[in-house]
Amino acid sequence: MPDVLVLVDHDEERVLKSTYELLAAARRLGDPAAVVAGTPGTAARVKESLARHGAMSVYAAESTEAGDFLGTSSVDALELAVRQVSPAAVLVSATTDGKEVAGRLAARLDAGVLIDAVDLDPSGAVTQIVFGGSCTVHARVTHGIPVIAVRLGSFEPEEHPVEATQHTLVLPPIDPSASARVVARRAALAGDRPALTEAAVVVSGGRGVGGADGFKVVEELADALGGAVGASRAAVDAGYYPHQYQVGQTGKSVSPQLYVALGISGAIQHLAGMQTSKTIVAVNKDPEAPVFGLADYGVVGDLFAVAPQLTREVTARRTER
Amino acid sequence: MNIVVLVKQVPDTAAERTLSGADHTLDREDADLVLDEINERAAEEALTLKETMGAEVTVVSMGPESAREAIRKVLAMGADRGIHICDDRLHGADVVTTARVLAAAVRTVRDVDLVLAGNATTDGQSSAVPAVVADLLGLPPLTHARELTVDAGRVRAERETEDGEVTLDAPLPALVSVTEKINEPRYPSFKGIMAAKKKPVETVDLDDLFPDADDTGFRVTGTRVVEAVPRPARVAGTRITDDGSAGRRLVEFLIAQKLV
Repeated sequence: MPDVLVLVDHDEERVLKSTYELLAAARRLGDPAAVVAGTPGTAARVKESLARHGAMSVYAAESTEAGDFLGTSSVDALELAVRQVSPAAVLVSATTDGKEVAGRLAARLDAGVLIDAVDLDPSGAVTQIVFGGSCTVHARVTHGIPVIAVRLGSFEPEEHPVEATQHTLVLPPIDPSASARVVARRAALAGDRPALTEAAVVVSGGRGVGGADGFKVVEELADALGGAVGASRAAVDAGYYPHQYQVGQTGKSVSPQLYVALGISGAIQHLAGMQTSKTIVAVNKDPEAPVFGLADYGVVGDLFAVAPQLTREVTARRTER
Repeated sequence: MNIVVLVKQVPDTAAERTLSGADHTLDREDADLVLDEINERAAEEALTLKETMGAEVTVVSMGPESAREAIRKVLAMGADRGIHICDDRLHGADVVTTARVLAAAVRTVRDVDLVLAGNATTDGQSSAVPAVVADLLGLPPLTHARELTVDAGRVRAERETEDGEVTLDAPLPALVSVTEKINEPRYPSFKGIMAAKKKPVETVDLDDLFPDADDTGFRVTGTRVVEAVPRPARVAGTRITDDGSAGRRLVEFLIAQKLV
């Protein structure tokens, strides 16, 4: 079986779930080989969990400055690994960072890159969903080693214990005039809620929420359902909620099991970001709101009456069990 | 200071977009074409820097004949000159080729200090092109910036993504891609629109940008769409008007769907 390289997402201590998804995807194409770009010691800490999810090889590309520059160590590590093993494909997570790493790597390898794959078959053909969910596309790489950025949540992590062999890759020194230095980090404000793009449930608020205070109602329902909070562009532009939670064409695309739209009229740009959700529920005062055109369950009514009642009902059902 | 702004003309996101039947590329014929709204903010940032620090602003766009309109708009906003990369062979160009061609166009501008771009365009959404252009030009990529400071030969950007926020720092020359949070773009004034008509726009093709390329043909894309299927449109399901029990009825629906 050919090797399939997987770039490991980690926080220096632990492997992130997205990596297990990539390893599951990689097993469709060949033997997963994990590439760990990080500070010295990282690979040793994460090797066991990678092996438990099917990584036959673990490539340690370690350097004291690995985390200091945006993306560069990951691109360098993958490039080194590709030249060493000539893999069948390279898989990275289609996060903001991952997509940039994929593009930079493909350019260096003179290879084709496919971004935001939601499925992948053994022949290497990938499935993408484009134009905010209005079209499904099947595509393949026709030149060079396929570099594929896989959308989070597209594959289920699978335990598949193997013995992993560790290899070392020697990262070249980074040229500080050709790389952006990370001089400060502030963690995402996500708190205890699941990340928007990974959550099974997303509860979003729009301009109808009326203000930053009104978002408490949205957050309470999200917490009762164990979901993430999103916001429409109108709500973000009005300053009700931070930009990083924006769902839509210029924000994040989400595809949860359940999407609850509260006080969102449903501008086409917002619908583009959420219409691949499995089930859509909408609550809006305006019976003409476009969001009702694609909601599986629409409630014409005041969200400040409906949402808290729903929150109480959900909480009550949960405690009954 | 010399600033290059990369812009793209895209189908208006407020209208429906389709793929052409023949080769599964974006159907631009039937689309309502506009200057991409995030690119417009990159242009605004360049013009703000021009006002505060003094700069010559060159706007670069790759696209068919119509893309000239996008360049004219940025000239009308206040940019100084334009480069239009127009070549039928670029139809269907992928991320890598697009970046390679844009990088070659940037190289034709002398002594570039800063390349500005939008973090994503609303049609492609790969959001990888700016980082690839930077990689090809050997410039530090300060991508997804919601705030930007240029001072004493260095550039600093506040980067905001799903993983949180970081502050990035690099020496000039550098490439910065901006998010839609960075500013509010200005409207071209009537005077600006008139002045734009006299500003130079150079049109270049692949032979101009890659004079040394051999004649084995230009590879436009390393990927191919095998099949494109429109997804069925969603249809409205149940709709009720709240009579005080909607929350309770909603929970019954969610339980029936096994969502609670």
